[in-house]
Amino acid sequence: MRNTEQTSVGTQNPTRFDVHLSGARVAFGSADIFHDLDLTLKAGSFTCLLGPSGVGKSTLLRYLAGLVEGDVSGNITCSDGEILKNRVAYMAQQDLLLPWRTVRENVELGAVLRGERPDHKRAEQLIGQVGLTDAAHLRPAKLSGGMKQRAALARTLMEDRPVVLMDEPFSALDPVNRLRLQELAARVLRGKTVLLVTHDPLEALRLGDNVHVLSGTPATLQDAITPSGQSPREIADPDILAKQAELLRQLGAEIAS
Amino acid sequence: MSSQNNPHTNAKSIPLSERRWLKLARPVIIVVALIATWQVLVIMTGAPKYMLPPPADVWNTLISRHDVLFDHARYTIAETVIGLFAGAALGTLAAIPMALFSPVRFWLMPILLVSQAIPFFALAPLLVLWLGFGLASKIAMAALIIFFPVTVAFFDGLARTETGWLDLARTMGASRWRLLTHIRLPAALPAFASGFRVATAVAPIGAVIGEWVGSSHGLGYLMLHANARVQIDMVFACLLILCAFSITQYFIVDRILRAALPWQPDSLKPAR
Repeated sequence: MRNTEQTSVGTQNPTRFDVHLSGARVAFGSADIFHDLDLTLKAGSFTCLLGPSGVGKSTLLRYLAGLVEGDVSGNITCSDGEILKNRVAYMAQQDLLLPWRTVRENVELGAVLRGERPDHKRAEQLIGQVGLTDAAHLRPAKLSGGMKQRAALARTLMEDRPVVLMDEPFSALDPVNRLRLQELAARVLRGKTVLLVTHDPLEALRLGDNVHVLSGTPATLQDAITPSGQSPREIADPDILAKQAELLRQLGAEIAS
Repeated sequence: MSSQNNPHTNAKSIPLSERRWLKLARPVIIVVALIATWQVLVIMTGAPKYMLPPPADVWNTLISRHDVLFDHARYTIAETVIGLFAGAALGTLAAIPMALFSPVRFWLMPILLVSQAIPFFALAPLLVLWLGFGLASKIAMAALIIFFPVTVAFFDGLARTETGWLDLARTMGASRWRLLTHIRLPAALPAFASGFRVATAVAPIGAVIGEWVGSSHGLGYLMLHANARVQIDMVFACLLILCAFSITQYFIVDRILRAALPWQPDSLKPAR
């Protein structure tokens, strides 16, 4: 019935400003997770953040989302002079779907929480785009893990924010579903500024225009690796495989030390 | 669904219907076992009828004095049900501001705890003195007993909203009020429901205590008088009615709560 490949429906407004993070510092207790950290997210680029567990990847992402409270300092500026607050959409490893709302009601959650009238037509288009048209009326308990993350992706797209922050959104999925959702995400998020936290080097190289490794205590950012070609990249691409080996070496050296 | 699915569903429906049969039979088995134990106790102890009447005598009293029993049961049931809703409403009204505003929490929590330190039995004569012999003092008693479990359960549910949902709502720019009505309240409903279930089970206690202390109606009143006249079969008849009512009330409430909260994990239908 509905053509899911049709890109004119539910299109996303491209992002036209860079985000600069400078001198960022977050401490929990007496330990600095990171300090003096700089990062630039170019307008419309897809940046991936890799690193060992517990290094502070999620904290950095949550810092950008304005979700870290307490001992925090640093500057977040946007090249268009406006502030970043209320211009980010957040997607976590857990789908965070509300169990009492249907898929469509979950996708429309943002508008409801702001007291706006939800755009039902757009919600339906986005649900179609992630392939959930037949499940739109179902509650999350009836969905598989992959379907739940698709619904979460549609909810993220519904917000149509210039900057999308994703915290290991596909890590709980089986490999096949993960590849499918990576492809879907690469397609529907084109033009947005995206920061994706992952522990999967292949995922980072398939999706990222820039891939950073975050390592050490306090954590520092390594120079970006930039895979060639347009995302989503082929998993068997020799360039990707070579870079994956390089990334694994960097991560392995970090864990060994 | 479609006809191709039929063999599949038929194959699965046999164990399901067996389970359903057991589910229906279980209460009957329990009741029969309890009555049998009772009868065995009567025979083994050789207790006189004015100490432990046999089940048959109590059954006869239930039948022959049903008009009196029913007349008094009406009062107890009315007190319990009204008390249940009054207590739950008060508990809800206390839990929401406690969850929303920390100063309210800091001031109200000690008061709540102190209120629990007062033995309710000791309070009953005062309530009768203040509110009279009628329904009001018993409703107040039932409501007081229910108030605490409902408040604590609901407050706990409101305080434990999944942090991921709160983060998401924050990035979406939710107002405090909409966060409450669209996420925190519905998320706390299962906790409220478990508090309400506990309250349903204890509500009749409050009403009966109230009746013991001072009343002219109700099963508690009837029990006290029958006991004084050594009509122990009547006391047992009252107890049985109270039991039957408590269980019925519990199941009705449980049904309503499950229907109202279909997303609760324990009420989900078994997987296909």
